[in-house]
Amino acid sequence: MSQLNVVSGGLYTTVQDRGRPGHYRIGMPPSGAMDQYSCAVANLLVGNPDDAAVLEATYIGPRLEFTDRRLVAVTGADAPVTLNDEPVEAWQTFAVGPGDVLAFAMIRGGARVYIAIGGGVSVPRYLGSRSTYTLTGIGGHQGRKLADGDTLPLGAAGDGPPAGSAVPEDLRLRFDSGIELRTVIGLCSYRLTEATLQSFLDTPWKVTKDADRVGYRLRGGKLDFIEREQPFGAGSDPANVVDLGYPIGSIQVPGGDEPIVLLNDAVTGGGYATIGTIISVDRDRIAQAKTGDQVSFTSVDLDTALAARARRRDRIERVRGALRS
Amino acid sequence: MTTIKAQMPGVFYRRPSPEADPYVEEGGTISEGQTIALIEVMKTFNEIKAEQGGTISKFLIADGDEVDIGQDIAELGSV
Repeated sequence: MSQLNVVSGGLYTTVQDRGRPGHYRIGMPPSGAMDQYSCAVANLLVGNPDDAAVLEATYIGPRLEFTDRRLVAVTGADAPVTLNDEPVEAWQTFAVGPGDVLAFAMIRGGARVYIAIGGGVSVPRYLGSRSTYTLTGIGGHQGRKLADGDTLPLGAAGDGPPAGSAVPEDLRLRFDSGIELRTVIGLCSYRLTEATLQSFLDTPWKVTKDADRVGYRLRGGKLDFIEREQPFGAGSDPANVVDLGYPIGSIQVPGGDEPIVLLNDAVTGGGYATIGTIISVDRDRIAQAKTGDQVSFTSVDLDTALAARARRRDRIERVRGALRS
Repeated sequence: MTTIKAQMPGVFYRRPSPEADPYVEEGGTISEGQTIALIEVMKTFNEIKAEQGGTISKFLIADGDEVDIGQDIAELGSV
């Protein structure tokens, strides 16, 4: 029996894979790694299939004890990593053995680290995915974040890149201050005056303490909705519309002053006007924004969004190629 | 001077609930593992525990203020 011992769960560590798409119509969000790029690269570094499950840790990394020989890699947020109190490099493959303990020091940049282990975290799949959705308690390890003393099953490890294999510098994350989120304006932006929409784009927004896998609440400006008599079926707040499906990454502004970006574990529909949607690739960026960080929205068109998605795919393939050579 | 640093960002509180007394007063003695404050983030209140014993000579963040990761919370003097 091959298992991973969770000595300390950290602050909010969950099992995640690429996600659980395809169930939005029954009100189930996709969950999955918030930073898909870092998740994919971590799996590549240990020779895992693309759909293997990793650990996603927010702000404070877990302390993990291994029970057999495995390849391990850490990506995502910038945090010092140690194996048995000796520093190891992130974005690089390293080998562990029975009794080895992986630990993290305080995060220096970003918000979420990803830990891939050769063979993957092999909790049972639920609706095709191992991702944890804590709000309804499904997937992952017992549908919840990891706690001290948990044990996780690991899958059979195949061959991976040799220890010491590293992701080229230009394919790692960079943490700049001021995070730009490219946004496709709509679906309900017609509810804002043009001047308000412009001020939404011009405002530097600050990430509040209410920022998690469900959504990020921001502060920094006030948005005015066009006055109207609310249609039948819509609530009385000017930010209300008749219920609609919320795009993943969509931005709503209940009350007009605190925009909320809905993310991987968010509610799938409701009655707030969504004034824009951050492009799927930039969910990776907001995933690495932490409480107190500044973000801003830039208007882009759909072609730009699709090109960005193709570019991310290309970057992942470049990592795959670099690790093969 | 040793300081206690925030391990996570959020909102800093010195008491377990708005009406309660602070976990520890300035000048108060703390022991290792003792809760000295809370940081609220991601809809949870996380207890900040002392990693070593000593005396809290001064808090560097006011009750209810925002705190960043790595920011100094308090100055720690020897017992």
